Amino acid sequence: MDLSYTADEQAFRDEVRAFARASLPPELARKVFDHRRLARSDYVCWQDILAKKGWLTGHWPRAFGGLGWTPVQLHIFDEETAAAGAPRLVPFGINMVAPVLMAFGGEWQQQHYLGRMRENKDWWCQGYSEPGAGSDLASLKTRAEAHGDHFIVNGHKTWTTLAQHADMIFCLVRTSTGARKQEGISFLLIDMHSPGVTVRPLIMIDEEHEINDVYFDNVKVPVANLVGEEGKGWTYAKYLLGFERTNIAGVGASKRELATLKTIAAQEQRGGQSLARDPHFAARLAQVEIDLMALETTVMRVLSQRGKTPGPEASILKIRGSEIQQALTELMMEAVGPYALPFVPEAIAGEGTAAVGPDYASPLAARYFAWRKTTIYGGSNEIQRNIIAQAVLGL
Amino acid sequence: MDFSFNDEQKQFQESLAKFIERDYGFERRRAYQALPEGFSRDIWAQFADMGLLGLPFDEQYGGLGAGVAEMLLAMTAIGNGLVLEPYLATVIMAGGLISRCGNQAQKQALLPPIAAGKRIVVTALAEPGARYDLNRVETTATRKGGDTMLSGRKAVVLHGAQADQLIVSARSSGDSSDDSSNNVAAIDGISLYLVDRGAAGVSVRDYRTVDGLRAADITFNEVRVGPEALLGAEGGAYAAIDAIADAGAAALCAEAVGVMETLNALTLEHLKTRQQFGHPIGGFQVLQHRAADMFIHAEQSKSMAYLAAMKLSSTDVAERRRVVSAAKVHVGRSGRAISQASTQLHGGMGVTNELAAAHYARRLTMIDFNLGDSDHHLKRFINA
Ligand SMILES: Cc1cc2nc3c(=O)[nH]c(=O)nc-3n(C[C@H](O)[C@H](O)[C@H](O)COP(=O)(O)OP(=O)(O)OC[C@H]3O[C@@H](n4cnc5c(N)ncnc54)[C@H](O)[C@@H]3O)c2cc1C
Repeated sequence: MDLSYTADEQAFRDEVRAFARASLPPELARKVFDHRRLARSDYVCWQDILAKKGWLTGHWPRAFGGLGWTPVQLHIFDEETAAAGAPRLVPFGINMVAPVLMAFGGEWQQQHYLGRMRENKDWWCQGYSEPGAGSDLASLKTRAEAHGDHFIVNGHKTWTTLAQHADMIFCLVRTSTGARKQEGISFLLIDMHSPGVTVRPLIMIDEEHEINDVYFDNVKVPVANLVGEEGKGWTYAKYLLGFERTNIAGVGASKRELATLKTIAAQEQRGGQSLARDPHFAARLAQVEIDLMALETTVMRVLSQRGKTPGPEASILKIRGSEIQQALTELMMEAVGPYALPFVPEAIAGEGTAAVGPDYASPLAARYFAWRKTTIYGGSNEIQRNIIAQAVLGL
Repeated sequence: MDFSFNDEQKQFQESLAKFIERDYGFERRRAYQALPEGFSRDIWAQFADMGLLGLPFDEQYGGLGAGVAEMLLAMTAIGNGLVLEPYLATVIMAGGLISRCGNQAQKQALLPPIAAGKRIVVTALAEPGARYDLNRVETTATRKGGDTMLSGRKAVVLHGAQADQLIVSARSSGDSSDDSSNNVAAIDGISLYLVDRGAAGVSVRDYRTVDGLRAADITFNEVRVGPEALLGAEGGAYAAIDAIADAGAAALCAEAVGVMETLNALTLEHLKTRQQFGHPIGGFQVLQHRAADMFIHAEQSKSMAYLAAMKLSSTDVAERRRVVSAAKVHVGRSGRAISQASTQLHGGMGVTNELAAAHYARRLTMIDFNLGDSDHHLKRFINA
């Protein structure tokens, strides 16, 4: 056993750090550090920079045009770019549908869609959840009927993250009604610009437009966009979820947020002394730091054991990752005391309006509330604990 | 020991509940919030008609002379309805300070119009950088002839921009910096002044708060006030400020209890109606346990809110402070736990702006950031 980084890994870290420092636009990094609202162009800008270098898909196998990074390399990349203030990579294409296409997609799909992902050409979104099908995903009702060389899709997806920006959506749709709900579900790639697709905003608790309702009204989808076999969508979806959950751990971003929290605590005062030195606050901060250390090491251990196909252990990472992210937003909000109260969306958006109180304080309460999402999406933490209890512990 | 309300109080409670149900539904509240002042003057006038705005004031000043039980009921109803109007700031805090420190003429001039809903007065006590310590006052009061000049800044003044008058704490002597021996800013030398919000030298930055209310940061730049503006003894206002902050904290605890009641009811309804896997999600034991914990938190908070309210009139100041802080810590923690659980049990809906419960969760969370958060009061409890 050796838990230290090899010389090669260290060299890779230096390379990523230098690259991020040199190529990430400072205004964009500032926005990320300060928790300002990001526009579509902010995400696209950074992803274009990475795509050019081949790093957007560096973790893909070489056979699909990636660089075949090891899980350790991917972790280093995640950590260094997050520390530099890079926005998160929109995961729906490169991290979620991509592994499915690699494992189950046809040759044309692999060529076409994976090729475009490598070049950051399409913005993907995920069309799983429906109003009646959240945790109970298999009860989804969106239907796709085969008509010769295409399907006709009708239905309603919801909570679709950043669908307002999307070019493509991968959907679970019902192609037949089998004996079990899980049967008769198929995995379909749909062009968001197709006639009959409507996107309506759902405004979140922080008044941000991040999620949407997506309606399909007689949308024509070529049969060529069916992934794998008809009726096998559930199997592919489960395969994908393991990737989603590993991805959600967000260790790199949490490390950055921990550093930000420390900076804020050093500037805030309680009882006439620095909040960072307040024993009660310092103890709570240390607890999160220790939890994050445990998570990071567990991520590395799970990844090194399982290679690249995450199993039910991914649920550990999702549970702890989301809880730590939430703990960080909570401590940050508490750190600014009464200045957590003012809500000036224009200041959060960075539209020139001055914040009330310290600049860093203005987005923190809204962010705390929005971050409650992390224990709900990607399979709620209750569902994750059910998975551990059943699939890992055999209860 | 008697925890029950008498018949009159029960009637009062019922009329409040009816009012909230009829006039303060979620959609109506949304409309009030969108008004320029962030609340409804119509509702304020109706509060006056119901006697709510003079509830704790002496009858000779247009009040009802009611006690803490009525205050508890009113604040709980305010929590039930997620009421936006400046009740805490005006009636409990400003009204409380005027009743306690004002001379005959000041009470006569201020309390009747407040009770009648004709005038809004709020307190401007906390300062930027002072966090929740109301003795860290850097706003200065300097004599100039017979008048006093006020200069300084006040932070997160609830409804500051909607008020006609402000009660401002300022230092007429003493030092706000640390007394090195016990790390406490001097409490002597703090005075209270009544200031017109529109007076020359007062600038107000109005904003929304994350829980749907309005607040303001206010700067006082050489604001001149006459001798009649001094409220209470010069340099000796801190004991009153501390007492009123406790009254406010106890009122917030009662409001939180009201928020908890409604939020728990909304969550329970969701558990019974939302179907997944062919059953209402309330059938899952892990969610049942969370709902049970939410219920326990609310019941315990109610006990603490009662206890704090009853201690407000205690002549043992140390005991009052200890118990109010205990209540604020408990309610703050329970409020956090309930709001988080409620959001989680609602699933994706829980983080949308459309859901009433999400607004209750926001208020419940942010109550903790008013008049001292749990950590602040934990320390105060330990040091009491
Ligand atoms: C911000 C955000 C972004 C999202 N983005 C996307 C997206 O891009 N694409 C997409 O398809 N979906 C997305 N989702 C949807 C997300 O996956 C669902 O919200 C999630 O699956 C939960 O479903 P639900 O909201 O219907 O809640 P429900 O399933 O109704 O759950 C409500 C509560 O019941 C609990 N519960 C349910 N079943 C059980 C059980 N068996 N045992 C114990 N407890 C249970 C849940 O844990 C939860 O606490 C997003 C959600 C959010 C909040």
